[in-house]
Amino acid sequence: MPRPALAVELSQASVTFGRGANSVPALAATTLRIPDGEFVALVGPSGCGKSTILRLVSGLVQPSAGVVIVGGREVAAKALRIGMAFQNPTMLPWLTIEKNVMLPLKIVQPFRAAYRQKKRSEFRDKAHALLAQVGLKGFASRYPWQLSGGMLQRANLCRALIHEPRMLLLDEPFGALDQFTREELWSILQDLWLSYRPTVLLVTHDLREAAFLASRICVMSARPGRIIDDAPVAFQRPRNIAMTFEPDFVALNQRLRELIVDARGAAQAEVSA
Amino acid sequence: MMADLKLTQKLWSGGLIVLFFAGWEAFCLISGMSDLILPRPSQVIETLIARFPVLWPHILQTLSTTMVGFALGVALGVFLGAMIGVSRVAYDTVYPLLIGFSSIPKVAVVPIFVLWFGSGTVPAVLTSLAICFFPIVVNIATGLATTEPELEDVLKALGASKMDILWNVGLPRTMPFFFASLKVAITYAFVGTVLAETVASNRGIGNVMMSASSNFDVPLVFAGLFILAALGVALYVAFSLIEARVTGWATRKNDLVAA
Ligand SMILES: Nc1ncnc2c1ncn2[C@@H]1O[C@H](COP(=O)(O)OP(=O)(O)OP(=O)(O)O)[C@@H](O)[C@H]1O
Ligand SMILES: [Mg+2]
Repeated sequence: MPRPALAVELSQASVTFGRGANSVPALAATTLRIPDGEFVALVGPSGCGKSTILRLVSGLVQPSAGVVIVGGREVAAKALRIGMAFQNPTMLPWLTIEKNVMLPLKIVQPFRAAYRQKKRSEFRDKAHALLAQVGLKGFASRYPWQLSGGMLQRANLCRALIHEPRMLLLDEPFGALDQFTREELWSILQDLWLSYRPTVLLVTHDLREAAFLASRICVMSARPGRIIDDAPVAFQRPRNIAMTFEPDFVALNQRLRELIVDARGAAQAEVSA
Repeated sequence: MMADLKLTQKLWSGGLIVLFFAGWEAFCLISGMSDLILPRPSQVIETLIARFPVLWPHILQTLSTTMVGFALGVALGVFLGAMIGVSRVAYDTVYPLLIGFSSIPKVAVVPIFVLWFGSGTVPAVLTSLAICFFPIVVNIATGLATTEPELEDVLKALGASKMDILWNVGLPRTMPFFFASLKVAITYAFVGTVLAETVASNRGIGNVMMSASSNFDVPLVFAGLFILAALGVALYVAFSLIEARVTGWATRKNDLVAA
């Protein structure tokens, strides 16, 4: 089956939480098209609806108006395998890291059908290979509480990738990490993306992170958010941390920063008016 | 160091028990208390050994009644707890009724059970069931209701069904709550059985104690108490051991910090 050229298609999709007087418009009518295999970063002021877009794409939230098409079909049908990771790694404390990472295989077809036969052979090897790739070799049989926050976040990435998702949804996955771990994980994520080529939608507050990882950055306005800027990032791959100090990169960062500051300022002016 | 601490603690609680009985013995001896009011522990033990052949069938009766009532209570408790734990609506709807039911003193329902089923084993089983299922419901429901929303999102995005989530996340997370409630429930189940036996049965430790007290055989009454306490402790310990094996993950973290 040929893969649809567009992985994600939001057409005038909006989301309002609640009803009547208590309703909160979280996302204004938004149109966003993401071709298959692209790495898109979503940045914008806090509370503007970035997480809401991720939840729309993953089918956790239905659009109040407009259409959301993922993998060529309306979301509910689950045309794509989706992997998700949040800021909080949420590993299950009663399972080893290896078992935690293998959890999606227990749930998603076609792996699910073969889980019983392969959990000690092929699937385990798969988990070990991924763990090695993120620098967790030798930690497979530890429990989550024996790992540091950064290590857990690496395992979290593995869990999001183990079932070979065509779509990776990341919500501030490195938000709670120190600068050095974060930069290391950027490189790891870039390598993973280059080798598996899933479509990635990354929500982040770190503009350097967005510019380092993404092939395209969408900037959102304050709540209810809509996309106010959408530009490709042309830097060559694989990118390295040294590049983030070059003038072009710094200029891009500067531009993004100004856009977000303006968006916040506009929202505040509206409130005080 | 951890092991030392645990050992010290065990010595202390053992010492406390010995001290309690020694104090009791000494108090009776010094005050010259009549054994019609408060027999000495040594007298109680003596009675226990002398009457053991007669007591044994009653011990078995009470134990089996309790275990049956407890098993049914666990089944009912898990079922109700799972039902109301997975759905917010069910939780809010059923809870007031459960609270109402659990606030009824169980002594009051024994006559009703006797009315329905006659005296004997059945009302005792039902009383112990009625008294022990509630903590299980509450704990299962709470355990299920407190799953992390983010993890649920991750799984739902994978297309996991409610059953998948319950099986892989909800139930394992509930295990520590479940075992905590089992330890409470087993002691409650004993209370229920003995209660019904005192009121409406001609067998069981409860009945033995009842008839002993009407015969002023006070040492035998206390022997019954000793047996109940011993059974209760034994079952509590058994469930603690199973708990430690099944849900070690919930406590290991603390051990590590303390070590
Ligand atoms: N379940 C909900 N019920 C009601 N309102 C909600 C709900 N989820 C989000 N919102 C509201 O929708 C708006 C957008 O939320 P969202 O989580 O998408 O923001 P965000 O851009 O991810 O913010 P942040 O950068 O702080 O994570 C917020 O103002 C929030 O108050
Ligand atoms: Mg968010």
